[in-house]
Amino acid sequence: MTQAPGIQLSGHGLAGRSGEPVLDIRNLSIAYRTQSGDVRAVDKVDLTLHAGEVVGLAGESGAGKSTLAYGACRLLRAPAVITGGSVEYRGRRMGEPVDVLRLDARQLRQLRWREIAIVFQSAMNALNPVLSVRDQLVDVIRAHLQVPRQEAMAKASTLLDLVRIPRSRLRSYPHELSGGMRQRVMIAMALATDPEVVIMDEPTTALDVVVQRDILAQIVELKEQLGFAILFITHDISLLLELADRIAVMYAGQLIEVGTADEMHHEAAHPYTKGLLSSFPSLRGPRRELAGIPGSPPDLHNPPPGCAFLPRCDYGTNACTQIDMRLAPVASSNDPAHVTACPFVLPETPRPNAAAEAARPADAEPLTHALAPEVNATISVADVSGQGHEDQDR
Amino acid sequence: MAFLARRVAFYIVAAWVALTVNFFLPRAMPGNAIQAIMSKFPGLQPSTYKALQAMLGVGHPGSLWHQYVSYLGDVARFNFGTDVSQYPAKVSTLIGQTVPWTLTLVGTATIIAFVLGTALGIMAGWRHGGSFDRALPGLMFLQAIPYFFLALILLDLLALQVHVFPIGSGYGQGDVPGWNSAFIGSAIYHALLPAFTIVITSVAGWMLQMRNVMITTIGEDYVLAGQAKGLKDRRVILTYAARNALLPQLQGFGLALGFVVSGAIVMEIVFSYPGIGLLLVNAVTSNDYPLMQAIFLVITFAVLLANLIVDIVIVFVDPRARTREAT
Amino acid sequence: MAVVLPVTTVDAGALVEGRQRLGRWSRLPTKAKAGAILLGIFVLAAIIGPFVTPYDPSYQNPSLSLSLHGPYAAHLLGTTSSGQDVLSQLLVGIRLTMELAILVGAIATVLSVVVGVAAATFGGLWDEFLSLVSNVFLVIPALPLLVVLLGMLPQKGQAPTIIVLSILGWPWGAKVIRAQTLAIRNRDFVAAARETGESTWRILAFEIIPNQVSLIAANFVNTVLYAIATSVALAFIGLADLSSWSLGTMLYWAQSQQALTLGAWWWFAPPGLAVALIGTGLVLLNTGIDELVNPRLRDAANASRIAGRRLQPTDPTPVLADLSLQRTRVSAFLHSFSRSSLADGGGGNGAISRRSTTSRSSNGGQP
Repeated sequence: MTQAPGIQLSGHGLAGRSGEPVLDIRNLSIAYRTQSGDVRAVDKVDLTLHAGEVVGLAGESGAGKSTLAYGACRLLRAPAVITGGSVEYRGRRMGEPVDVLRLDARQLRQLRWREIAIVFQSAMNALNPVLSVRDQLVDVIRAHLQVPRQEAMAKASTLLDLVRIPRSRLRSYPHELSGGMRQRVMIAMALATDPEVVIMDEPTTALDVVVQRDILAQIVELKEQLGFAILFITHDISLLLELADRIAVMYAGQLIEVGTADEMHHEAAHPYTKGLLSSFPSLRGPRRELAGIPGSPPDLHNPPPGCAFLPRCDYGTNACTQIDMRLAPVASSNDPAHVTACPFVLPETPRPNAAAEAARPADAEPLTHALAPEVNATISVADVSGQGHEDQDR
Repeated sequence: MAFLARRVAFYIVAAWVALTVNFFLPRAMPGNAIQAIMSKFPGLQPSTYKALQAMLGVGHPGSLWHQYVSYLGDVARFNFGTDVSQYPAKVSTLIGQTVPWTLTLVGTATIIAFVLGTALGIMAGWRHGGSFDRALPGLMFLQAIPYFFLALILLDLLALQVHVFPIGSGYGQGDVPGWNSAFIGSAIYHALLPAFTIVITSVAGWMLQMRNVMITTIGEDYVLAGQAKGLKDRRVILTYAARNALLPQLQGFGLALGFVVSGAIVMEIVFSYPGIGLLLVNAVTSNDYPLMQAIFLVITFAVLLANLIVDIVIVFVDPRARTREAT
Repeated sequence: MAVVLPVTTVDAGALVEGRQRLGRWSRLPTKAKAGAILLGIFVLAAIIGPFVTPYDPSYQNPSLSLSLHGPYAAHLLGTTSSGQDVLSQLLVGIRLTMELAILVGAIATVLSVVVGVAAATFGGLWDEFLSLVSNVFLVIPALPLLVVLLGMLPQKGQAPTIIVLSILGWPWGAKVIRAQTLAIRNRDFVAAARETGESTWRILAFEIIPNQVSLIAANFVNTVLYAIATSVALAFIGLADLSSWSLGTMLYWAQSQQALTLGAWWWFAPPGLAVALIGTGLVLLNTGIDELVNPRLRDAANASRIAGRRLQPTDPTPVLADLSLQRTRVSAFLHSFSRSSLADGGGGNGAISRRSTTSRSSNGGQP
């Protein structure tokens, strides 16, 4: 494992899209085996993460975001199975790229946290209740860096300094800390071994708004300081517009649009993305009716042919049942990296109810009502996996 | 340690309830208890009659409150009065002779069963779906067998059919009680089968319970976080999962203690083991109220004390318990 | 019996998922089915038993050669030391024991629901008081107290036993139900009902209690288990109506007549086994209910069955190429049965596939 010369281990690294990606997920598919067949939780997803970049992963509950992230680290439990694809990791400490899916348990253990760390959604649940803060920091430090206990404890103290928590809290137990503090401990823990990639799974959803901003600001600051990449999972796309460099939108286990934050904000191409964006009011803009997206995600046991979003799509037509959900560059965009799964709708396509009837594509009648899902009879990934129940409760 | 203080206060209340129930019971029961006793033991002295009256509150020697207070005082001094069926032995002496036997047997066997069952439960919970799960119905069957019935079966098989173990009693016929190795050896030998019985039945229960708690605990985020941290499997299993599962398991242990003790002492009959259980059964057969009542108190206090010890262990194991309200 | 009180492994949220549907037989966990069947056999025996006894259980055959006789054609389970037919006693005993246990279960469950719900609803001092009472009676060991209670009674029969057992049987359930009621009360749909003006009683009757059905069922099963274990133990030490035939009194007589030393296993084995089997059925049923209700236990049971090989939680998510899916012919055969037996469900969780399962089961090309 030789280190490439001239690489700094901290500071502004390879931000932006130059250079090779640190994490390269290709064609990843994950399924859950159930008694009535396989549920395709993640379907042929391609996603890349470059050093120092913040990539947001957005979508509604049960879309498969967490499944994708945890599956890429092979942290999903039975009955989850990875049915295809590769997850290449090219960290600065690794001599050559490594496919996470081909590692054995021991190698995975070495890779985990050291290279790819996770900040879990609910710190109250993700911190071990019977261990003190110091013990939880020290055990991960000593597991990856062969340092004596004293040094590990010293490092634990500096980590708390990093997230601005008083050192006296080292002796505290998780239940003695406030929500915001616990989340910051989680972040400190994630950075303990100086990882290249930090996956953040809805890290601020469980907190109140004021604390949210504080923590997000800290996250950004730390990222600038230490140079890690972030995969930020959330259902709140408005947050990503501010925070992320690029945003990937997931629906029913598939990526349906990927682009920079700017492109998403002003030139969102996919109808689902448009729907997401119009689901929250803007603080300063003109008042308008909140649209939302009526309906529910499809039953992943029997995914419908073609586009999974069709039943809820304002622009849907017969042709939509024939498409394969490959991501292709948006026609009207200058950026070939802005891709979408919908070949028909463009950023500038107005919404049917806003425009006149004449603006609709001429070929066919919209079949939206005919294909309306049986709302009660759907199963989402969250039901099957048991993980991500917190998502549902919100 | 606010938690422990609250628990101690609770146990004092529980003890007081037991004492008061014990005090009022004979006074509340229909029928003339005294007559019942006298008819069984016609040869009793008149002084015994008076003592019994005082104990059972018949004839009103003094006000109720006065009786109550002196009763409490007596209990505090371990003065349970004179026994009826084995007159003129004092009740406290009789009980005192049996307590060491029961304590060693039941205490040791229960602790062994708990530790073993919990350890097996950790493994079963971790490897669910494997061979452990196939043993589940068998374990449930074991758990459902009454202690004394298993004792009967084992005694039949291992002592009568195949003379591996002694047929009963606490020690050999010819051995002299005392702190000599022959006696202790014999005592241990005689305790093996009863202990074995207790262990077999209760291990199943502890194992099933720990397995279920483990499975629930494994589903918690912090165990997944432990895995994500790249920690060794053993650390995840023990420090992240098992240590957290231990708390409900210990709480269950405290609650089940009463049942375990009850089952064990009934089992003593089968083995003619000279413990408090055998004494209790004999007391029942001979309507020996003073003895029955005293045994009830002694057993209750022992269980309360054991519960307190479990609470102390819990405080050591789980930091949350130190601040959490006692449920 | 090692009556290990079950620790509530269910978290409050998991239970409150709409009305619990203990519906379709085929979707119940195996354990629940096995337990139900086992219990069913004994319930059947309890109902028809006394009508099909070959002899009057109390009839003592005067012929000396027939006392303490091993099993043979005329006496399928042998005779007691007084020439009575063991089988007849057993059949009558099953009914008596089960009657008692079910009655105690019913009374105690009703009491625990009332107390638990009351404590949770009224709150404040009532709650403190009721909780204290429950805890005190939980911690005081049941058997010695029952010995003292029953021992003082001049008549020891069914009725007093039922009463005292019920008095000591409700605290556990009351605690569990109280905790659950508190959790449900804080749920949104109850708040909604309150906002729309539903009276407290209506809320209790139609919103809260129906959501606890499985908890109450589990509680009932547990109480029955406790009642059997304790009543048999009490009878064994002689605190029962010794002229009636229950499983416990059978064991008492067997013990006092030295059946063991005389080698008369047919006298004490059948009643003991009956108690053990009934208990097993109850425990199975309870575990089944637990699995039905606690999604983690249910998933645990399903997941490892489906993954095709044993996976520990710390194992990394398997990648298909490595997962050897070669099922043996036998297991594939059996497997096909279990899938086709799953008709499309009517709601609840999961299984709504209407398509043939064979196409869905293809994974890496395995049949």
